[in-house]
Amino acid sequence: MIQISDVSHQISGLPILTDVTFTLPKGGITALIGPNGAGKSTLLSLMARLSKVQTGAISFDGADVSTTPTQALAKRLSILRQDNSVSARLTVEDLVGFGRYPHHKGRPNAEDHRLVQEALAAMALMPLRQRFLDELSGGQRQRAFVAMVLAQDTDYVLLDEPLNYLDMKHARQMMERLRDTAREQGKSFVIVIHDINFAAAYADRIVALKNGRLHAVGTPKDIVTRPMLKQVFDLDIIVENIRNLPVAIHQIAPFPERQEHP
Amino acid sequence: MPSDRFAQMALPQTGQAPLDRARARVLILGALSLVALGLFLTLGVPGGAWGFALPFRAGKLVALVLVAYAIATSTQLFHAATRNQILTPAIMGFDALYLMLQAGSVFFIGAMATQDLDPILKFSLEVIVMMVFSTGLFLWLFSTQARDLYLLVLVGIIFGTLFRSLSSFISRMIDPNDFVVVQGATFAQFNTVNIDLLWISLVLCAFTVPVLWLLRHQFDVLALGRDTAINLGLPYRRVMLITFATVGLLVSVSTALVGPVTFFGLLVTHLAYRLLPGARFGPTWIAASLVAVITLVGGQAVFEHVLGFKGTLSVVIDLLGGLVFLTLLLKGAQR
Ligand SMILES: Nc1ncnc2c1ncn2[C@@H]1O[C@H](COP(=O)(O)OP(=O)(O)OP(=O)(O)O)[C@@H](O)[C@H]1O
Ligand SMILES: [Mg+2]
Repeated sequence: MIQISDVSHQISGLPILTDVTFTLPKGGITALIGPNGAGKSTLLSLMARLSKVQTGAISFDGADVSTTPTQALAKRLSILRQDNSVSARLTVEDLVGFGRYPHHKGRPNAEDHRLVQEALAAMALMPLRQRFLDELSGGQRQRAFVAMVLAQDTDYVLLDEPLNYLDMKHARQMMERLRDTAREQGKSFVIVIHDINFAAAYADRIVALKNGRLHAVGTPKDIVTRPMLKQVFDLDIIVENIRNLPVAIHQIAPFPERQEHP
Repeated sequence: MPSDRFAQMALPQTGQAPLDRARARVLILGALSLVALGLFLTLGVPGGAWGFALPFRAGKLVALVLVAYAIATSTQLFHAATRNQILTPAIMGFDALYLMLQAGSVFFIGAMATQDLDPILKFSLEVIVMMVFSTGLFLWLFSTQARDLYLLVLVGIIFGTLFRSLSSFISRMIDPNDFVVVQGATFAQFNTVNIDLLWISLVLCAFTVPVLWLLRHQFDVLALGRDTAINLGLPYRRVMLITFATVGLLVSVSTALVGPVTFFGLLVTHLAYRLLPGARFGPTWIAASLVAVITLVGGQAVFEHVLGFKGTLSVVIDLLGGLVFLTLLLKGAQR
């Protein structure tokens, strides 16, 4: 269970997050949505102890991120940042191998090797595993970073826009893998997603942030509605029900109700 | 299907082949280092002078090996901690910081007192001050957000100039007799090393070897950057602190022994990165140290004992290293 209580965050005096409180049950996929600058990435880095919690508290299964030893947390939760780069010259396989570091501390065993191969396969990276990272396309590199986080094999996985740079096929494959992993292994994913339709199709629940405040928490059916999206994004979006899934047609302005015909 | 054929082509490559190649290259470097050591000890010794030449050269040899180790190691540590492979402690002006501290101690304590002070005690104090200063400065510069490389190059140039002018300013304020004490050590001299400090330097360097070896996996994680390192459970601040303190110690050792060498570290680490592409900190560290020994000891053997040019190796090394620096900067600019 993830507990976020009364979290506020300021950067040089400006409020970035204000009184954010919510609880997520263990297991399943939670989509974190909200406009640019809403504070999604900030919240995720607080959750992953990349920034210090200023006010409030965040805990995973009762372990407070501010007080639990960082080595212990690394076996329990992992994070993918929104922007990833490495300056070291690494192969894909080496990078993914680092995901096992919290468990083996530099001495990988057969189990570590197996999990690395699994993560590589899950992100369709087997043919690319000997390549250096700077020899990959943007989407391939993104998949390598996600594979590293998956290899870390933690109960809680925070992913900041993992679908960045991915084509349709790999985006769908990634979401299917995450959903299967969540179901089969009981893992919990918190995923920042901009494509609301991916959130609707794969998330068990959606958390909407706006202006640094929690706006709403609910199931896709609760959140992906025309009035709610209007509130969160200040945008009029048509939502259709297709095969029992809410589908937002956000790319174009709503049609005028009555088209003029000559 | 083309993608399957590609997969098959890539599959037979296992992780073992590059590892074996890396091991072979490190072994070759080790053999070359031994050759360099041998040449340095024996080249151009006139018959009958062995009894005198050998112990004399052996002392200098140890000093050069320590300098090679210290510069290669401090540079590679710096690269891991700052996530760039262009800046080095020397380029950031930290050998100049050491010289400034030295001049400052002459100024505040006085040359007489400085000369009376046990050189080993004085050096130990300088090393400690240097470790504190460099740790503070580096942490202040690098522990916050990732900074723009060009900004850092600029900061390095400003620091270097600042420290150098401060030490020459201090030198001018102290009286001319004291000035000689400072003047001796402001540029690299490979043929006249500071033998007084040999033993303490040897002890300090020997102390860093097991510490760094135990931490080698942590340096690999450190090089992935702050966020990834924390995500993987690295005690980030502690490792950064150890890294920068060690860099301060090693810069003090090399600067005290031979004086500042700006681009040597860059030259040897990049040769090592090229020789072992994608290798971990441990093997690269060994390779960089060996490359440094080969360059410094072998170079000095040839320059001093064959060509008879006494003071020119540092110029040549800095010229080559400077070219590497320019190339890297320009390549970085294209990206
Ligand atoms: N280092 C910083 N200094 C000042 N302000 C910052 C800093 N980092 C983030 N902010 C501000 O904090 C707010 C929240 O940023 P955050 O990155 O969390 O947004 P986000 O919801 O992830 O947005 P996006 O969808 O664009 O990724 C933004 O208004 C941003 O301008
Ligand atoms: Mg963001």
